[in-house]
Amino acid sequence: MIKSLIIILMSSILVNNYTLSKFLGICPFLGVSKKTDQATGMGIAVTAVMVVATAVTWPIQTYVLDNLGLGFLQTIVFILVIATLVQFVEIVLKKYIPALHKSLGVYLPLITTNCAVLGVTINNISDGYNFIESIFSALGCGLGFLLAMVLFAGVRSVLEGNNKIPKRLQGLPITLIAASIVSLSFMGFGGIIENLFG
Amino acid sequence: MKNNKMKILTNGILKENPVLVLVLGTCPTLAVTTGIVSAISMGLATLAVLVCSNIVISALRNVISDKIRIPAYIVIIAGFVTAVQMLLQAFLPDVYDMLGVYLALIVVNCIILGRAEMFANKNSVVDSALDGVGMGIGFTLTLFLMGFVREVFGNSTFAGIAIPFLAPFKLPILTSAPGGFFVYGVLIALVAIFTKGEYPKKKSFGCEGCPSAASCAKAQAGIPCDGAKAEESEVADV
Repeated sequence: MIKSLIIILMSSILVNNYTLSKFLGICPFLGVSKKTDQATGMGIAVTAVMVVATAVTWPIQTYVLDNLGLGFLQTIVFILVIATLVQFVEIVLKKYIPALHKSLGVYLPLITTNCAVLGVTINNISDGYNFIESIFSALGCGLGFLLAMVLFAGVRSVLEGNNKIPKRLQGLPITLIAASIVSLSFMGFGGIIENLFG
Repeated sequence: MKNNKMKILTNGILKENPVLVLVLGTCPTLAVTTGIVSAISMGLATLAVLVCSNIVISALRNVISDKIRIPAYIVIIAGFVTAVQMLLQAFLPDVYDMLGVYLALIVVNCIILGRAEMFANKNSVVDSALDGVGMGIGFTLTLFLMGFVREVFGNSTFAGIAIPFLAPFKLPILTSAPGGFFVYGVLIALVAIFTKGEYPKKKSFGCEGCPSAASCAKAQAGIPCDGAKAEESEVADV
């Protein structure tokens, strides 16, 4: 049991990294990765929302939609749940933990349309994970996103304002080429899962 | 008048190309372009959703209250996405399996919500439909181009048909994740060279043009976009 949970966690952080190998959550990955502290804040907020969203959508899918034969409503229900949840988390944080809200608050509304959150909730259902496995998978995906964001923010801090880059490559093109190289390095983790427990 | 309609239609294809100039909808652009067939299917599915949602949102633009417009748009879009999902599952199950989770993720494709915010909620139904067609075609063509480069040079096949004389020069890396980022970056740079860097800058589209358009607008539902916070304008300036 614990073994399989660790495998799920490691595989979603390193091997099947949502951002770098499944291309989910590219918008914030390119948009909010200019500074390391911003990237960290966004990553933590996404991780929290992913875990909470999975904890809410999994029971809804299993006990409500599947029971009533309404599986086709999955997309609509999930996106509404995520949108509501993000608002809810923001209101709760603002009221009870203002300090945390101040540092993470600006990233929260940006998460609603982050496709990684909707992607992870749908994938957990289609992969047939049980509740605990789903939570671990969501946690792994969030941590993988955080890792990718922080690493990439480090790379970008070197690229920003570098005058040696050809004019037409400056900005987005060189950012994407840098992302390509970061993603290449993550390919090196392929095969780690099979050998994790000998 | 006729010219104006033509302009709306063609705007999306190059001048305001959603992927290469507005940089919206990056996730599907990178994810489904490993092959030509999946790229075109994704493009057409998005086109269908975009046109339908633009028409409905434009028709309801005076009915939907400004404060709840984003949730309302999301529900409309999710409805059409579900319809497309069910149609594909029934009539083209191969395509449905190929696109997998990315089909459902059309809901959070920034192009659709972005166009709803930028265009459909201030223009007539006909103009919005044309804008949807133009943007959809622009999106499909760009996906086709990406898919073409990645499949022909990465796998030396064209839509599944082998091209033997290219086989010795195959670059399999193009079909994997790093190749996707690379091809996309090079394409954007080529467009910048082609248009001599005179394409509209991100900022001129305001907050709505940023990759996080929808959420940004949601963050301040009802408040005009130029009231954006410092952090958010930084986000817009990719």
